[in-house]
Amino acid sequence: MDQAALAHEIAGRHLDRIGGPITALREVAAEFGYIERAHMEGVADAFNLTVAEVRGIVGFYSDLNTEPRGRTHIRICQAEACQSVGARELTAAAVARFGAGLGETAADGSVSLEAVYCLGLCTSGPAATVDDRIIVRATPEALAP
Amino acid sequence: MTVAKVPRETLANALGADGIAAELAARGHDVVRTGSLGLCWAEPLVEIDGIAYGPVQDIAHLDAARIGPTDEIPALSRQHRLVFDRCGRVDPFDYDPTPIRAHLQRQPADILAEIEASGLRGRGGAGFPAHIKWRTVHDTPSDRKYVVVNADEGDSGTFADRLIMEGDPFRLIEGVLIAGHAIGADTGVVYLRSEYPLAAEIFSEAIDTARGMGLLETFHIELFVGAGAYICGEETSLLESLEGKRGEIRAKPPVPAVAGLFGRPTLVHNVITLCAVPGILEHGGAAYAELGVGRSTGTMTFQLAGNVERGGLIELPFGVALRELIEDWGGGTRTGRDVGAVQVGGPLGAYLTGAQLDTPMTYEALAAIGAGVGHGGIVVFDDTIDLVRQAHYAFAFCAHESCGKCTPCRIGAVRGKETVEALIASERPEVELAIIADLCDVMEQASLCQMGGMTPIPVRSALGLPQGGD
Repeated sequence: MDQAALAHEIAGRHLDRIGGPITALREVAAEFGYIERAHMEGVADAFNLTVAEVRGIVGFYSDLNTEPRGRTHIRICQAEACQSVGARELTAAAVARFGAGLGETAADGSVSLEAVYCLGLCTSGPAATVDDRIIVRATPEALAP
Repeated sequence: MTVAKVPRETLANALGADGIAAELAARGHDVVRTGSLGLCWAEPLVEIDGIAYGPVQDIAHLDAARIGPTDEIPALSRQHRLVFDRCGRVDPFDYDPTPIRAHLQRQPADILAEIEASGLRGRGGAGFPAHIKWRTVHDTPSDRKYVVVNADEGDSGTFADRLIMEGDPFRLIEGVLIAGHAIGADTGVVYLRSEYPLAAEIFSEAIDTARGMGLLETFHIELFVGAGAYICGEETSLLESLEGKRGEIRAKPPVPAVAGLFGRPTLVHNVITLCAVPGILEHGGAAYAELGVGRSTGTMTFQLAGNVERGGLIELPFGVALRELIEDWGGGTRTGRDVGAVQVGGPLGAYLTGAQLDTPMTYEALAAIGAGVGHGGIVVFDDTIDLVRQAHYAFAFCAHESCGKCTPCRIGAVRGKETVEALIASERPEVELAIIADLCDVMEQASLCQMGGMTPIPVRSALGLPQGGD
């Protein structure tokens, strides 16, 4: 099956759900690592939307990434509670260590970094995630893949 | 056999609670997974036969982490818990549906009267009287009505929605069912942010359990997980998102209570507002209204966060002084330095300093100093805070999260960010400050929603500019 058909099939499971197009796109991103144009076409067709509308949705939500991520994906909280305990310094150290800025993937594809605005762990910052692992009171060492 | 309570909660889990639970079970304890007690500084907090230990790093050396009998921990016993009374105490899935069944036997008019008598106001930030929304939805004719729960808890320094949905998800289901019954809705939708995967997992399990108990035979509850957008915490943006679209703001009126989800009358409330409802029915609206100060009735779930020694969830009647929360409850800063500034009410809240810290935490007293309670988040910074940099962040955050629908927010945030950069490099800062003050007035008065409308609050407070032109 081509990518559009695969995305169409995923979308088909959410046609009657509230917020269905967004849930379908979240699932596409989770399944294939990122959302490409063919996926948008498949989702658009399933929901009877235009590709432009689906592209608009994808562009709006930060979870709906259109580029592949690194083999390890690291998110570092940039919000105030984490700022108050060193998130800026942690981010600078991570950028230097992994060779990627926020929103970027290292040249060798090993790590991608992303800014996140609050993980709800505000008593115990800086907070971060390394793939599905949650890190609190994070240090540069603790973020290693 | 001894009973060991171990939280199943995101923070405790990040600190090893799953492993601790497994080890305790292997040693023959009867392990119960509870929610968090909200004493985040003590996580992972383990309770064995009524004695609390925390933070537990190694169960071979539990005594080193002994706090004492859970019921006698001052940081808990001095709270007034109506919303969080069960959270952390029990296995949430060991649930008795008898009280909610009794509440749902009451007449809608009777419930509306209790909510009005309670003086309950929205806990999401706006503080709007709940009963007005309830009556509006109730009185607006429609073939279908909705209850929508705003669990898009994006404010930094807040985690109350997460704690209750992980630790006592049935409290939220109860609130939704009561509200739905009172206003005549048959569907409830919970909009949960994607940054809270464990809350999604636990709340989904709770919906299934409630269905199995027969609580959802005439009412449908659906969980929707967002896709990363702070603006979707604004109610009209949230509704657009639930309709599967970009989360762009709608102009009001019409308010959602008249024309909300799919154009139908919709009661939109924050998680904590709805979670206060079962307690109001249990104790009576009048008793609830006796708590707090003036029109700030009942309890507020304050969340103490950031650079603070003992951060956590503190549920108290409105009126406690901000300084008391930070110093008595929080034990000052984590770094041990003096408090530099405190941001109250999330990224759109004011930075408070000095004598402002003596302000009582009520809607009215905070409004009088140009601040707000918001969702109850309190973020402490020590004296190394650079307030100009925080003003820059406030604009940058608005630029990042603006939905782009209205010009003052979309353009203003970017220009504001650039102007703060110019201010930092400026030899005549009064020039840039005048531009920023003017820009703040425009954003405040002309933005479609509070994203652009309230970004001036942290900016002005951080730069020492007066709040509000009117």
